[in-house]
Amino acid sequence: MHYWKRALIIFLAALVLAFFVYPPAWNKLADKASVPHFPSVPFRLGLDLLGGTHLLYQADLRNLAAGQTPEDAMNGVRDVIERRVNVFGVAEPLVQVEGSDRLVVELAGVNDVGQAIRMIGETPLLQFKTERPVAEREAILAAQKEGQRLEEDPYYIDSRLTGKYLTRAQVAFDNSGVGLNTPQVSLEFNSEGAEIFKELTQQNLGKTIAIYLDGAPISVPTVQVVIPDGKAVISGNFTTNEAKALATRLNAGALPVPISLISQQTIGASLGADSLTKSLQAGLFGLLLVAAFMILYYRLPGIVSVLALLVYVVIVLAVYKAIPVTLTLAGIAGFILSLGMAVDANVLIFARMREELKAGKSLAGAVNEGFSRAWLSIRDSHVTTLLSALVLYLFTTSIVKGFALTLGIGAIISLFTATVVTRTLLLLMVGPRTELRRWLFG
Amino acid sequence: MFFFSLALFVAAVVAFASFGLNVGVDFKGGSVLELEFSGGRPTVDEITNVLRSDPTLKDREVNINPAGERNMIVRTVELTEAEHQILLADLKQSYGAMEEVRFNSVGPAVGKELQRKSIVAIVIVLVAILLYILIVFRKLSRTLSLWAMNAATIVALLHDIIIPIGIFALLGHYANVQISAIFVAAILTILGYTVSDKVVIFDRVRENILRGKGSTANLGAVVHASVMQTLVRSINNTLTVLLSSLAIFLFGGESIRYFALALILGIALGAYSSIFVASPLLVWWNKKSKP
Repeated sequence: MHYWKRALIIFLAALVLAFFVYPPAWNKLADKASVPHFPSVPFRLGLDLLGGTHLLYQADLRNLAAGQTPEDAMNGVRDVIERRVNVFGVAEPLVQVEGSDRLVVELAGVNDVGQAIRMIGETPLLQFKTERPVAEREAILAAQKEGQRLEEDPYYIDSRLTGKYLTRAQVAFDNSGVGLNTPQVSLEFNSEGAEIFKELTQQNLGKTIAIYLDGAPISVPTVQVVIPDGKAVISGNFTTNEAKALATRLNAGALPVPISLISQQTIGASLGADSLTKSLQAGLFGLLLVAAFMILYYRLPGIVSVLALLVYVVIVLAVYKAIPVTLTLAGIAGFILSLGMAVDANVLIFARMREELKAGKSLAGAVNEGFSRAWLSIRDSHVTTLLSALVLYLFTTSIVKGFALTLGIGAIISLFTATVVTRTLLLLMVGPRTELRRWLFG
Repeated sequence: MFFFSLALFVAAVVAFASFGLNVGVDFKGGSVLELEFSGGRPTVDEITNVLRSDPTLKDREVNINPAGERNMIVRTVELTEAEHQILLADLKQSYGAMEEVRFNSVGPAVGKELQRKSIVAIVIVLVAILLYILIVFRKLSRTLSLWAMNAATIVALLHDIIIPIGIFALLGHYANVQISAIFVAAILTILGYTVSDKVVIFDRVRENILRGKGSTANLGAVVHASVMQTLVRSINNTLTVLLSSLAIFLFGGESIRYFALALILGIALGAYSSIFVASPLLVWWNKKSKP
């Protein structure tokens, strides 16, 4: 009777997990009985199944600003890139620092990867420049005629005001002008920036201040009045979209250190969907092949092992959802492979059972003896598989990591299902009636 | 049978030494672009001509292969994102109905890193397994030479991974099959999986000796009996994993087909080597190490 209880608990627990894995099954019943739906947690799919892009950036940490640690710089890069990436409206984008000077960006389901890369990589540099004194200008222009001082800007000199002091940029429309409402970008500085801007406007009343973006002048307004409140307007020849893009980029801020793209992996959405279908198909066939083999070869114990295998599948899938494990093509391959490994322990146990039965033991005796004798081999095979999975996981390449994770989870859970589930079910079948039909056990 | 293994092993080493492995872009750096042409696929020469006529791309080394029914795979040295976009624009202009199925670009530094990491990972797994079997075999060492058990297992494991590597060296040379990062995963999985089969047989040998069904004097007979006793379960264990690998091979799609093939080869060889490599070596070396 004891085993009945245990089997019932296993069955009910597996059922609950099955609903967790596939909520629609519960929800259909729930609708009839008007009870709440089962919480729906989706599987998390990797980029190779969803379609998307994996980008690896290398940061150049050679020229750090004074007092800036590499960690600070990398965290700064991550924050800025995160803001830029959020502009795409991608579900759950991943932006993380890898190692000491690398940044990984993963975007799922982006249509135009080229544009995404451009927007991530661009470093907007906003500068405000004031007019150079006439004497200096003439000197530089003269020198440039001779082919000297070519790098110097003869007309403007850098002021202290840069995009660093910017708190907000947004699109506004100039409705003071005649006719068209031309789009502009309005800027708001923080208090420090406002103070600098006030000084600048005081010193340059009636002169021009040039606004440079990425080293090129985009707007050269003339200062009409002193501006004390830290508000400025860039009015170039913008279209509405250009003004919007500029405002977005200014808001996203500048990178603390330059980065370059060193590796990219892009998978089209159609290939991803195709891979998903194929790997699900492979999983189903894997399960069927293994189940058919076990039942054909081991008869009644074979059926027991298939039941244990189904419990295994349900638990593993529930774990994938709960952790959650990001399922990739390689990860699903690891899962399918683990189906074959999960029944290995059963094979070991059944082989021992057969021997004990041949030696004349009773069924109950054979089951217990089979378990205790097979245990060492089961343990060894799981430990060595786990060792490989662990090393693979530390290997850090994301494709390989996905495989290692599902293989490792499989090894741990199959240890449980092979020992607890298979054993309970087998002992359940031991009794006076089956004792007379020992052929069922092979 | 033992000499058959030896011959295969030597052949694999020769294949590896003469051809090397045909490694993919994730190991050596470079770019791979797969394109699907829905409105009729151009020929390799046509695509080559398009690229040759572009001022930025004309000097790039390219290797173009058809794949599937409508796809083309273009392999080049590493392209920057700008060059990648130029290439796409050129082809789109010439053959309108075209979709980029995948693009993979790896810098040479990243590729070198992966090579190094792969070798380190394989060495770590070998050492970890060696340590583990040392611990497991220690309790067997009263009846069998510890040295012989370890050496026999390690040689058999090398056999299990070197032969698939040799086969992939041949496939790479003659069928242009490229090795990617996932191949390393297959090798490590083979190592972790096939070692347990060897441990099971040796464990059985010890049990038979302790149960008095034989002595170390006629170890050959004891090992033979132990192999026979564990034969069915060895084969069945291997079969279940082979069946699931076969499902991946047949239905899992192009990108993991060769991964599954490596697993199938290694796991089948693992079962074979437990019986025909590890066991004879155990008998042979055990005799030598015990006076």
